[in-house]
Amino acid sequence: MSVRRRPAGPVGELRLEQVGRRVALPDGGHLDVLTGVDLVVEPGEHVAVVGRSGSGKSTLLNILGLLDTPTSGRYLLDGVDAARLSDRRRARMRGDSFGFVFQQFNLLPRRTATENVASPLLYARGRAFWTRTRRARESLERVGLGHRLEAVPERLSGGEQQRVAVARALVRRPRVLLADEPTGALDVDTGAAVMDLLEDLVTAQGTTLVTITHDLSVAARADRVLRLDHGVLTPMGEQDVAGATADRQEPGTTPAEESAEDPAGAGRGAGVACVGDPVGRAS
Amino acid sequence: MTGLVGVLAEAWGEVRVHRVRVLLSLVGVFLAVLALTTVTALGAMGRQLVTEQSERFGGRPATVLVEAYPETGSLDRPAARAAFDEFVDRHEIRWSTAGGYGLQAPVRFPGGAQRVQLVPVDPAYGVIHRVVVSQGRWFGEDDAQRLAPPLVVNQAFVDALGGSSGLPPPTVVLGGTTPVTAVVVGVADDGWDVPSGFLLEESAERWMPDLLATSSISLELWVPPEDVDAVQQMAQSELGSAVPGASMSIYRSDSGDSMQVLDLVLAYGVRGAGLFALLLGGIGVLNVGLVTVRQRIREIGVRRSFGATSSRVFAAVLLESVVATTLAGLAAVVVSVAVVTNLPLGMLAGAGLSLTDVPAFPVRAAVEGLVAAVAVGALAGVVPAVMAVRARVVDAIRY
Repeated sequence: MSVRRRPAGPVGELRLEQVGRRVALPDGGHLDVLTGVDLVVEPGEHVAVVGRSGSGKSTLLNILGLLDTPTSGRYLLDGVDAARLSDRRRARMRGDSFGFVFQQFNLLPRRTATENVASPLLYARGRAFWTRTRRARESLERVGLGHRLEAVPERLSGGEQQRVAVARALVRRPRVLLADEPTGALDVDTGAAVMDLLEDLVTAQGTTLVTITHDLSVAARADRVLRLDHGVLTPMGEQDVAGATADRQEPGTTPAEESAEDPAGAGRGAGVACVGDPVGRAS
Repeated sequence: MTGLVGVLAEAWGEVRVHRVRVLLSLVGVFLAVLALTTVTALGAMGRQLVTEQSERFGGRPATVLVEAYPETGSLDRPAARAAFDEFVDRHEIRWSTAGGYGLQAPVRFPGGAQRVQLVPVDPAYGVIHRVVVSQGRWFGEDDAQRLAPPLVVNQAFVDALGGSSGLPPPTVVLGGTTPVTAVVVGVADDGWDVPSGFLLEESAERWMPDLLATSSISLELWVPPEDVDAVQQMAQSELGSAVPGASMSIYRSDSGDSMQVLDLVLAYGVRGAGLFALLLGGIGVLNVGLVTVRQRIREIGVRRSFGATSSRVFAAVLLESVVATTLAGLAAVVVSVAVVTNLPLGMLAGAGLSLTDVPAFPVRAAVEGLVAAVAVGALAGVVPAVMAVRARVVDAIRY
């Protein structure tokens, strides 16, 4: 593969090649949070990653969103090695091409919904910067919060806060939306409504969506579901996901336990390469 | 452009959202800038007050006083006056007044005659000595032509005349060898309760030559301070032996450099104390900044996810502090201007003082206060800004 020096435009394809992330421990040892992760996410694709707590999901999302860097392997954005990008360039690309939705919403406290949604546009340039308030209002109207423009997060319900967060993540029309447990702090119905909204918007904008979730019913909505276990990424087939979703109905099982289990045992420890591997792609 | 506006908008947003915290942290800075600018302004006013009081006695800077004393018997005043006039004309000195020490002139008040000190002057005396006329007017150039000698007297003189309604001008008989009715044209109060006043040198020469004969004559020259040495030397060489039988005394009579100490105190003492207070205020800002930046690490992480660069985060946190202290400085300057420009200066008259040329609010003090506030804001903002930049984004966000 020929490596271009600079992406021609907004990020399209995301490609992880044998990515590893090792962190130092206080006792002098180290921990491999991610090991040999291979992943290709095509433009417009919806990918879900499931895994138990501490399995490395957030680290994977941080690396994809240019918030963290791998300690081994390569992360290629449209063929450009992210390691070659300067901090400033990474920040610019993060702002221009990625949107984030967090489990705890992470809205800026005491700012109105409009100010929250406009805040990413403070880091934009040109017209987008100067028209940020108008764009924020339009974005809020798209998520059905046109009547809550001046409400501060403290006065919004959980569902409304997450919708504000979705509006904020999409206000710069990113090419990739990274959602970390987007329904984790919401009840089932509200979570489903937020996911419907999120999927409608990303589909309309042609945005790539990478979702991390414990909720297999949320994961099942993706084109492709991957499982992260002990830092190793493996694909899940449709049957695996369906089975796991059905298992959720069994009494005495918590969502955390559900996700911690390997429903079908498929791919565990196999370290299946998703890059160029049809098994790893949505079918 | 958008970067600069963006970082300012971000900083302003933080200040606005956290206004209570910001206000509390800024009390010290506000008070320090207020004290710095107000004390400097009051100092300038006090200096002007002292200066004007001093100038009422010794003349404005630089005033050269030439005094001619009779060595024996009486002084040849016409010769001295002619020499003075020639000197003033030759050197084109604009402001000069010839006269002498007060004459003890008999004045016939309604309550009886009494000797009153009348100081012979030229009209320029009023300018050189900053005479403040509370009623009527000071002498004009054409007053020398009046047949009835004009007088400018103090309030005690007016009271001895039985009070003044202003119109028509009160008259009084000066009872010298040739009694004459004089007209009081103005009142310049000196705070004393003994009648006194000024009359023109020409009037004194015409109506009271016998009283003048044994007194000295003086010439006051208001010249640029840089010329004072040259004027003294010329006066010494040209007037020293110009009047036969008279000895000349020539010296600078204004307070001259005596204000230097006061200036130094104002320049360094007040400023130093103000800056020290400002630094203490800055420590308060720093403290609050350090505490709150820890609380805001998550928010900073979220902003990093929006694409904020390290330099942008640094600038935003730094500018929060700078914007806040600048606003505090501005508010302090506004309050200071309001206080200083609304001082009841009229109350000075009750203490026998007056301020003729009220100094304008010292713009320099205001600018210095503002610059110092900005600098303290920057100093107090650096450490929190460094902390904000050093925070690891992934830790800050904590998915």
